[in-house]
Amino acid sequence: MGGVELLQFALAGLKNGAIYALVALGFTLVYAATGAINFAQGEFYMLGGMLSVWAYAGLGLPLPVAGLVGVALTAVVGGVFEFLAVRPRKDGDLLAIIIITVGGSMVLSSAARHLFGPLEKALPAFSGTGTVSIFGAVLEIQSLWILGLTTLAVLALWYLYNRTSLGRAMRACAVNRDAARLVGIDPRKIVTVSFVLAAALGALAGLAVTPLTQTAFDVGPSVGIKGFAAAILGGLGNPIAAVAGGIVLGMLESLSIAFISSTYKDAIALVVLLGVLFWRPQGIFGASRREKV
Amino acid sequence: MSSESSAALEISGLSAGYGRVEVLRDIDLTVARGEMVTLIGANGAGKSTLLKAVVGLVAPSAGSVRLFGADVTRMSPERAVREGLALVPEGRMLFGPMSVEENLRLGAHTRSAEEFSAERDRVFELFPVLSERRGQSAATLSGGEQQMLAVGRALMAQPRMLLLDEPSLGLAPRIIAEIFAALETLRSRGITILLVEQDARLALKHADRGYVMRTGSIALHGAADELLANDDIRLIYLGAWRGEGE
Repeated sequence: MGGVELLQFALAGLKNGAIYALVALGFTLVYAATGAINFAQGEFYMLGGMLSVWAYAGLGLPLPVAGLVGVALTAVVGGVFEFLAVRPRKDGDLLAIIIITVGGSMVLSSAARHLFGPLEKALPAFSGTGTVSIFGAVLEIQSLWILGLTTLAVLALWYLYNRTSLGRAMRACAVNRDAARLVGIDPRKIVTVSFVLAAALGALAGLAVTPLTQTAFDVGPSVGIKGFAAAILGGLGNPIAAVAGGIVLGMLESLSIAFISSTYKDAIALVVLLGVLFWRPQGIFGASRREKV
Repeated sequence: MSSESSAALEISGLSAGYGRVEVLRDIDLTVARGEMVTLIGANGAGKSTLLKAVVGLVAPSAGSVRLFGADVTRMSPERAVREGLALVPEGRMLFGPMSVEENLRLGAHTRSAEEFSAERDRVFELFPVLSERRGQSAATLSGGEQQMLAVGRALMAQPRMLLLDEPSLGLAPRIIAEIFAALETLRSRGITILLVEQDARLALKHADRGYVMRTGSIALHGAADELLANDDIRLIYLGAWRGEGE
């Protein structure tokens, strides 16, 4: 296999990795706030695409506005979902919350099917269907949008975490919930904010991908599993590691197509997931966690 | 009547526990404004649970807690801190991966940016070593420095009433002396203090009054010097306390 072909696969891996990274960030944010896995995260990805299509084709809004509406509405759905489904479970029982999110994901995809129908939907590319050539490899311009938007989202999240009072409170809550309460932080607010942000990040990924791959009511679970695998790969709870996990997973998938067969592409995420859970549950970038008593 | 209205903290008939296990039974305890009161007793007597019930980390099953005359029973910790009640918790509960400065900033979560800088300077005045360590993560501090940071973080909320859970635990005598000197300074600033301690002698030497807890109830209370002179107390808590519990 030549260098150009390899580069071609690497670029495809990077593009998919960026998507997984956004979804993985959603898992990580909710995990940091609640200690639970939100299995509805893939549905936020689905809703981001579907609601943007609805705003664009249904309401006739210009594409950039439709995209904003799609992401914003999904963020609202994330907040409402937390408020109605997760918050009432006052004892914060992890297993209960996880099951609630599994049920929630079914409700969300069924609702999407009911509202928007079973057919695949498309959006036009953000700035034309052209391609660029990078050392001989070809990349769709839409992929540049995906990489750019992911980079922006990661930078924004970094800023939020490290430079704002809300982000500091979110980190404090992840370190020690009781200590956070003692300094006046309401963990319920942090959980709601985390769901809203997780939904927005997932929606952004779903929106950015729709011009390339179309979307439908049932695209959530498979992307959800990949984002989950990426988050686990990086080490749950660490945003930087979630991004790295996403990129690594995208690359692994792409290389498996290059060197093995595209048949096994979707199995890679599961193999990675199981492998990490067996051999390195704290993730490749995670330090082993010690609970302080 | 006048003593009631001037109380900083008034706990009456308080019971609490975890699930069906009752840890506190019918506790009455009062701390007057500006007073330093200590709560002593063996490990497992319920001292920490009492402090948690006061700030709202544990829900009381009966009784009431009044703070400067206002009912704060079953108020959440995040609201209680806004009412001027701060707890330096057992085991310090610092935000380990975060810096000293960030821990203090979080302590001032309920305060404005200006209040933060002013209060941080006061904490650095009280514990100068924290100022030298401000960029260092809390987890890398020595035990004494961590305890100072835990006290400092609680002070950042500008509490009127400060609860402390075993601030001397595991520290060298020199550090303990420094922390108790700081508590005296805080009292002179008008902050009311309720101090849980296992080192009964140390606590009674600094406090105005003391309460002795035994298996979930108040066994006796009185002026600190009286308790120090009390034969039963001497025997049980001043002589043998080191051998008790874990």
